Amino acid sequence: MIEAGALSKSFGSVRALKDITFSAADGRITGLLGPNGAGKSTTLRILYTVLRPDTGRASVDGHDVVSDSLAARRSIGVLPHGAGLYPHLTARENITYYGRMHGIGNSALGRRVDELIALLDIGEFADRRAKGFSQGQRTKVALARALVHQPRNLLLDEPTNGLDVMATRALREMILRLRDTGICILFSSHVMQEVAALCDDIVIVGHGRVVAAGKPDAIRRQTGKSTLEEAFVAAIGTEEGLE
Amino acid sequence: MKSRIGTVFRKEVLDNFRDRRSLMSALFFGPLFGPFLFAIMISFALDKHVSEVDEPLQLPVSGAENAPNLIAFLERSNTEIVKIEADLDSARIKVRDGEHDLALIIPAGFGENFSVGQPAVVRLVSDSANNNTAKDVRRARALLDAYQRRMGMLRLQARGLNPTTVMPVIVEDVDVSTPTGRSVILLGMMTYFVIFSMLMGGLYLAIDTTAGERERGSLEPLLTLPVPRSDLIIGKILATCVYMITSLAVTLLAFSVSLQFVPLEELGMTANFGPSVVIRIFLLMLPFALLGAALMTCVASFTKSYKEAQTYLTVVMLVPTLPILFAAIRTVKPDLSYMMVPSLSQHLIITDLMKAEPIPLAYPLVSMGSTLLLGLLLTALAARLYKREGILG
Repeated sequence: MIEAGALSKSFGSVRALKDITFSAADGRITGLLGPNGAGKSTTLRILYTVLRPDTGRASVDGHDVVSDSLAARRSIGVLPHGAGLYPHLTARENITYYGRMHGIGNSALGRRVDELIALLDIGEFADRRAKGFSQGQRTKVALARALVHQPRNLLLDEPTNGLDVMATRALREMILRLRDTGICILFSSHVMQEVAALCDDIVIVGHGRVVAAGKPDAIRRQTGKSTLEEAFVAAIGTEEGLE
Repeated sequence: MKSRIGTVFRKEVLDNFRDRRSLMSALFFGPLFGPFLFAIMISFALDKHVSEVDEPLQLPVSGAENAPNLIAFLERSNTEIVKIEADLDSARIKVRDGEHDLALIIPAGFGENFSVGQPAVVRLVSDSANNNTAKDVRRARALLDAYQRRMGMLRLQARGLNPTTVMPVIVEDVDVSTPTGRSVILLGMMTYFVIFSMLMGGLYLAIDTTAGERERGSLEPLLTLPVPRSDLIIGKILATCVYMITSLAVTLLAFSVSLQFVPLEELGMTANFGPSVVIRIFLLMLPFALLGAALMTCVASFTKSYKEAQTYLTVVMLVPTLPILFAAIRTVKPDLSYMMVPSLSQHLIITDLMKAEPIPLAYPLVSMGSTLLLGLLLTALAARLYKREGILG
């Protein structure tokens, strides 16, 4: 369960976020949709505690991301934009390192890593160094790394960026399977079709504000448009993000 | 919650160990460069020094038969006479064209003038613009002067005069440089080589801690882990220290081997570099690892990329030379207040250790204490810098 209330954030004179309020529920996939520069990444960065909001509050499973950031971090798994691996460590070592940082004991960690390697189909390259991995392989390992401590909340920043069709499909299936285990999934994208295909709830962000939020049907009703695409354009005021 | 410093530390040591390029520069190029260069420089200096004293002077002489006495004197004074046939003009050309380094011309009238007590002229042809022959010219001139003085004295004595009547002033050279004193400049360079190789040893890891992690996109996920950022930075700085200390050990080992092959005594130097001195230098330098690691980490955290960090850190590597340079120019004597200055204090103590001079116990204690303290302050600063939002770039 992720809740954001009236978040604002400026970088120098640039007001990246003006008023972001939404919530993402457990057992559902919530899509943060908006054109580039709308404030999606900044919102996620506040939620996964590497940035502090200027005003407003946010919490993960009730843990405030500013005042109780360690507890909030324990409850989340994060796949940041362009997540990098350690090139000199193998896939397995990359995942194991994060497990250790979460304080998982050795034997439990070994089992968990094996489980993730099977689940995400990493086996073939699990013991190779990450240096020469394809973008798809890197994303799989980064996702395994984010899931190693079995978080109740998963935050993904444009996870399908740079993936080919097969890798994108595999990732979508993975996200759906994770949703069915009852965890809360929040992911950002600027591709409307992707959000429409995957999300139970949609939060449309434009110019640092939430311009529409809810189930796809509700958004169509809210904007008075018959398709999600038209609703998106109506909400954002531009056609950016349509492919 | 248990500290994760150990986890971070082990991962960084392993990660850097597998990076062959950084490992080579940390444990091979950095530590061996200094001792190697040092040995070459000393051998070179030694070569020059020895040749100046021992090698016979090659002196081309035209008209040697005109002054058998002078020639005999020169030959006794370690000179090899090379007989040539030349008058003044042809000798000029030969010296200018480099066929001969210099030439001595003894005219036919030499013996006649000499025997009647008239000034007898010899001509020493040389090219003063040629630095390579300056040494030989100096030697030849000194020998000729010596011969002239000796003849002058003999003539005075023959006339019943005391030779000292024509020596109203006698200049005595008093050289205060001691054999060890002369080696100070070279030894001062050694301190810097030790510091340099230590910094090289930690360079890659220090950059990797901030700029490197950021550049490959692994910093952001790292910061979302439930681990205080101070644990991350301390683990990384400690791992950097391990490589710096390893590098220090390799350097000292390389120095102790290379110095065995260099006969320093022949240069009038004594360098005390036995096992006990090596161990004391090692212990003395230990706190510098923390200082260097924290300093490089702080500087790297302001940079945007690996390349930029490398550029800045090259400048940082020169900083420790400044106190050493100051010490060399001002010929600083060890003093307790200097022991507060990292790099300078290590330099002064190492120099004294190698000169086998007594060192008050307070010196190394203050040096290590102040260096460690500054290292801890910089570590705290690095941790603060790591907590900034700007660290994400």
